[in-house]
Amino acid sequence: MILKGADILVRCLQDEGIEYIFGYPGGAALHIYDAVYRQDKIKHILVRHEQGATHAADGYARATGKAGVVLVTSGPGVTNTVTGIATAFMDSIPMVVITAQVSSHLIGDDAFQEVDTVGITRPCVKHNFLVKDVNQLAETMKKAFYVATSGRPGPVVVDVPKDITAQTAEYKYPKTINMRSYQPRTKGHIKQIERGIEILLQAKKPIIYSGGGVVIANAGPALTQLVDILKFPSTSTLMGLGAIPASNPCFLGMLGMHGTYESNMAMYECDVMLAIGARFDDRVTGELAKFSPNSKIVQIDIDPASIGKNVAVEVPIVGDCNEVLLVMNEQLKTKVDKIDRAAVEQWWEIINQWKTKDSLAYDLDDKVIKPQYVVQKLLEITKGDAYITSDVGQHQMWAAQYYTFEQPRRWINSGGLGTMGFGLPAAMGVQLAFPHEVVVCITGDASIQMCLQELSTCLQYGLPIKIINLNNQYMGMVRQWQEFFYDRRYSHSYMDALPDFVKLAESYGHIGMRVEDPGQVDDVLEAAFSMKDRLVFVDVITDRTENVYPMIAAGKGHNEMHLKPGDQDAQERELA
Amino acid sequence: MRRIIAVLLENESGALSRVAGLFSARGYNIESLTVAPTDDQSLSRMTIVTSGTDAIIEQITKQLNKLIDVVKLRDLTEGRHLGRELMLVKVCAANIDQKDEIKRLVDIFRGHIIDVTESTYTLEMTGSSEKVDAFLEALSQIELVEVVRSGILGISRGKNALKAPPLS
Ligand SMILES: Cc1ncc(C[n+]2csc(CCOP(=O)(O)OP(=O)(O)O)c2C)c(N)n1
Ligand SMILES: [Mg+2]
Repeated sequence: MILKGADILVRCLQDEGIEYIFGYPGGAALHIYDAVYRQDKIKHILVRHEQGATHAADGYARATGKAGVVLVTSGPGVTNTVTGIATAFMDSIPMVVITAQVSSHLIGDDAFQEVDTVGITRPCVKHNFLVKDVNQLAETMKKAFYVATSGRPGPVVVDVPKDITAQTAEYKYPKTINMRSYQPRTKGHIKQIERGIEILLQAKKPIIYSGGGVVIANAGPALTQLVDILKFPSTSTLMGLGAIPASNPCFLGMLGMHGTYESNMAMYECDVMLAIGARFDDRVTGELAKFSPNSKIVQIDIDPASIGKNVAVEVPIVGDCNEVLLVMNEQLKTKVDKIDRAAVEQWWEIINQWKTKDSLAYDLDDKVIKPQYVVQKLLEITKGDAYITSDVGQHQMWAAQYYTFEQPRRWINSGGLGTMGFGLPAAMGVQLAFPHEVVVCITGDASIQMCLQELSTCLQYGLPIKIINLNNQYMGMVRQWQEFFYDRRYSHSYMDALPDFVKLAESYGHIGMRVEDPGQVDDVLEAAFSMKDRLVFVDVITDRTENVYPMIAAGKGHNEMHLKPGDQDAQERELA
Repeated sequence: MRRIIAVLLENESGALSRVAGLFSARGYNIESLTVAPTDDQSLSRMTIVTSGTDAIIEQITKQLNKLIDVVKLRDLTEGRHLGRELMLVKVCAANIDQKDEIKRLVDIFRGHIIDVTESTYTLEMTGSSEKVDAFLEALSQIELVEVVRSGILGISRGKNALKAPPLS
């Protein structure tokens, strides 16, 4: 069948089974937009800013595991997507971003709305393509989806000049693709798996440390099975929350800068560490020189470059987390009796001792609303079953600490890049993917203003997201660091001249609510969640000076956590 | 330690900038980098000379392998290998004495004089980097007009070969 380039593009998306395109039109993209108009299989979601399109596609991808698709015009359309592409790249999220480009003959002439898209996006994509021949368009699209979704996933940009979208070619979408230069390894090396198991069986003080890779590989059930077989203490990174149910008795909570005391102490004191789909990020390890000084590390990751990058590893296992874990579990079933149960039991006693510190405890107040309480109340109202997106800051940490996730893909936040403005558009993507599920965006007074325009998109498509704005009238996380490390010099972390968020929500056609009295939190939240088919923006005026505890300060190790004020250790350990 | 890494990559526009970008973004050293298409026109071969601790070299090879355009690579320094560099030097050759001295040095180092003008000679020298360095040093009494070096080209010895799997 002979088709125009623009129609080929859209047909490729149809044949790929794409449900939604998140996009924004413009000159170079007009042929493509015309092709979108002339079909009704794929729904196009018109955002209000291209950054919103990328985060929405990203949220869709995180919640479903399928690639998110973005369509934008050349020039400013492209530059507006860069933050969203980088956000997806840092968290290994599959995404295909179709960027229109000026016509081939104009490329390099500083034409109107021309940017070097391939050059600008190169460092923050898994791969990118410039399509130079309409006959290669379909194959390029196939490659884009293959690269984006296989191996360690990531965003892929396909840059399509306008003239290519007008030219015609025979359309045939390849069923499969084989690239000699890209053949991700998914099966773990059996010898390495066996070596890893040997080390696990010898452990006296083991810890399982899992990350976002487990979620991406859909390895949650396999990980949970492993934990149930081994009965080893387990912790998770911010990105891995939900892969193992928070209620699992072996789960110690999140680790890292704002992780639980018991998680971090166990990481420090352990003799064997099994790292699964986790990349030893600096927010997780604290000071590397002080990181887990006595442990042998077994690391499973699909990306060889993630293994041994920051921390030396005893047994590297390259492979898909799920495939490797399934093999491991099978082998372990017959070998579990080799575990030194007495030693591990003693280890659990030490850990239980650490748990008594109750590092997430906080004091309620009858005059000001404690943000932690709001998250706990949300957990209760939504029965722990909601999709939670967040922005970046204190509210993000409180969401991670107090909303205990029982399932993977429910906790949707920008971990690697830490992108303020992510929460609302990401929630749109999630809500579109799951129209009948409860989707909550936990945000802050500063973050929400970074992609606020998407409230308009939410109205257009009737997305009943619940926005919980933990409003401390500060860039709380910045303020917290300034309080601790800059002698309370609050340089530009104060959110002066905030809008009236209730009226703002109303002006966008949504429902706005405000709560300032701790006694009213329950009622207001109940009321907000009872409005099932409306977007409700709840402005929660919280304790302005609340801080996130516990905390590992810069340069400190896992065993040097700063606990909440009043804790003895906190007084003994001077910060900074 | 100094390493010579040979890389086969798809002969696509932009492939070179992906490699160069990787090195600058991650702060790796590049001493030299050469690239040209191979006998198979769909492939380019690159020789990168870099240095770093073993951990850094491991990351470099892993990160290079991660680039979608990279088909295959090998750290040649891990085995027996040969490295050759080409240098062109334009020197002042104004009088007979200078011309004789230059001719003598070129002969000793088994190079060639590939161009002659009234006042200059252009010399071609091929060899290991050490030999090329030594030749430059030997020229220390001569006024250099221009020096251009290719960077190292590397190949492993014996039957080992860096070959791409056939195009499917
Ligand atoms: C785009 C962007 N700019 C700057 C930052 C740095 N930053 C991290 S947290 C934060 C403050 C966030 O304030 P708010 O959204 O009110 O959340 P809070 O910490 O008060 O809960 C800032 C500015 C960032 N993460 N992203
Ligand atoms: Mg705030």
